[in-house]
Amino acid sequence: MTLPLERHPYGEHDLVLPPKSQTTHDAADIDRDTRLLMYRRLHEIRQFEKRAYDMFMQNLVKGTTHLSLGMEAVAAGFGAAMREDDYTFATYRGHAHTLARGVPMEGILAELLGRANGLLGGKGGSMHLTSVEHGMMGSYAIIGAHLTIANGAAWSAQYRGSGQVAVCFFGDGTTNIGAFHEALNYAAVFALPVVFVCENNLYMEYTAISDITAVPRPAADRAGAYGLEPVVVDGNDADACYLAARDALEQARSGRGPVLIEALTYRHGGHSRADPGKYKPPGELEAWLAHDPLKLYRGRLERIGVPYAALDEIEHQVGQAVDAATEAAKGGPLPDQAVAYTDVWADGGHSWRN
Amino acid sequence: MAQLTYREAVARGIAQEMSRDERVVLIGEDIAGAGGVFKTTVGLLEQFGPRRVIDTPISEQAILGAAMGAAMTGLRPIAEIMFSDFFAVCWDIVVNQMAKTRYMTNGQVTIPLVVKSGNGGGLRFGAQHSQSIENWAMAVPGLKVVTPSCPEDVVGLMAAAVRSDDPVLFFEHKGLYASRGEVPDGPVEDVLGKARIRRGGDHATVAALGMMVPRALEAAERLAAGGIRCEVIDVRSLIPLDARTILESVGRTGRLFTVEENPRALGWGAELASIVGDEAFWDLDGPIVRITTPHVPLPSADSLEDLVIPSVDRIVAEVERAMQA
Repeated sequence: MTLPLERHPYGEHDLVLPPKSQTTHDAADIDRDTRLLMYRRLHEIRQFEKRAYDMFMQNLVKGTTHLSLGMEAVAAGFGAAMREDDYTFATYRGHAHTLARGVPMEGILAELLGRANGLLGGKGGSMHLTSVEHGMMGSYAIIGAHLTIANGAAWSAQYRGSGQVAVCFFGDGTTNIGAFHEALNYAAVFALPVVFVCENNLYMEYTAISDITAVPRPAADRAGAYGLEPVVVDGNDADACYLAARDALEQARSGRGPVLIEALTYRHGGHSRADPGKYKPPGELEAWLAHDPLKLYRGRLERIGVPYAALDEIEHQVGQAVDAATEAAKGGPLPDQAVAYTDVWADGGHSWRN
Repeated sequence: MAQLTYREAVARGIAQEMSRDERVVLIGEDIAGAGGVFKTTVGLLEQFGPRRVIDTPISEQAILGAAMGAAMTGLRPIAEIMFSDFFAVCWDIVVNQMAKTRYMTNGQVTIPLVVKSGNGGGLRFGAQHSQSIENWAMAVPGLKVVTPSCPEDVVGLMAAAVRSDDPVLFFEHKGLYASRGEVPDGPVEDVLGKARIRRGGDHATVAALGMMVPRALEAAERLAAGGIRCEVIDVRSLIPLDARTILESVGRTGRLFTVEENPRALGWGAELASIVGDEAFWDLDGPIVRITTPHVPLPSADSLEDLVIPSVDRIVAEVERAMQA
């Protein structure tokens, strides 16, 4: 046998190129308002993530960040298809999914800066964004755990008969941890209303997923083991994501059990802010940039007759919102010292003895 | 009053809470149809039906994740981890998720759930099915930790755990499942964070937990015959910890002994010794003595397991030695 790095040097694995067609879904049955909402979300996520990156470089964002640059369409498509009271569970790469549920930018950015006006008051940070009032049930930073937790929310919805669905986003690397397999079997056995969405961006962290996974499609090729259909979508096409989400949500909501979707996408940057992404073979990034979610979607909206000015206006409005959020975040006070001691317990405090 | 076994009391406590609150549901391996491998959930499937009492796969992470997600969204689940040793395969969900999510979300998320588990040794199951792991849990901010020692406390503390809005790890002692005790008729209620004085005495305070409580009581009886009057405190709840009751007792007796089934290093008694050393040093008439299992994995042979877990004989001997020094 030969090991992956005996077959090829690190970073010289085969290219995985994006789908060629950008027009597949031009005629899809999606109303214009929904498409314009998705266009707005794509830009919100892109411009927000760029600003987060810039502020990191200015040493204003502390700790680490995991950006979704290049992966915006998954969040935008699913976010637009979800019911207002559906649940989102995301990973530490969760800014996009938080924005996609309509959580205001100011709180997210302020949280990255460790300010009192942060979404979590400065107690969670970039990797734990949560806004229960928006159905954003949390960003979870230990690989695999939140698939099992999403099952619980789905079970609760099933038990209460609420018709809600839990949607759980995770990366390709997650498909190799035990919790993924426990969660899929569990969801299938109990026919839970949950949709699992694998954002396959080709890289676990610094290692190509294809080098360390027994099957070529890390999520879809595992679906059959749990009695699920293999579903692969173009994760850079917001309409493809929206249509897949609409079908999956309908299935889950109607009591027919979970859905597993593999969305093929690409992160333009590294795994986290510390990673320059040097393991990407030449030509790969360029090919995916040509299939960029924002460019692709603008092209479609132009082809179906949305005036350029309307699209420009959305981009302009988003830019203004990011600027305003930046100022509000920068202007936010530091957290009061007392909050370090609050909310360990449901009574609001931290006392563990008398 | 009814005489119940400890294992019957577990089912009684769960049934009491499930009857009271439809949001209470029970999941775990073999807990429904089979009534639990330790028979602590017998009759619950029949009484509450398959929507509320659910057999799961052997998937401890999936079980606890399901409990957590359900607790976050309106249910009040009880999940069973069959042997507490198995927490090692799902500790992420307990430590990183259940314990921290409320804090990290600035209070947005509430996680009212109970994880019940068979804990402790004495059944000759060997090192992977006998551990006392309550100290693991005690070390993590955000978890409440209780260990009842008698059937009445099993019912009352189960009720308190289910009604708590925080995650509670409920450690049943496997060595006590067959033991019997009186349980009052009708609803039994109790509170977390309250120790109980099981026997009064003015010479020495003996703090014990779980299966060590009946052993400490038997030791106290023998020590009394020799003129050493021990006050035996059943700690019951590690988090929240009723330090006040222990400090007051030490104020009366001047001596503290802890009887711990866990291995030596960083047992709950070490935290108690630290508290008493800090806050009641001038009340002490002699060194604090911790009586524990030595820092070894538990052996399976009955003779060896009995050698290492604190026995009545050893408790008596250690207290006599210290009191005579």
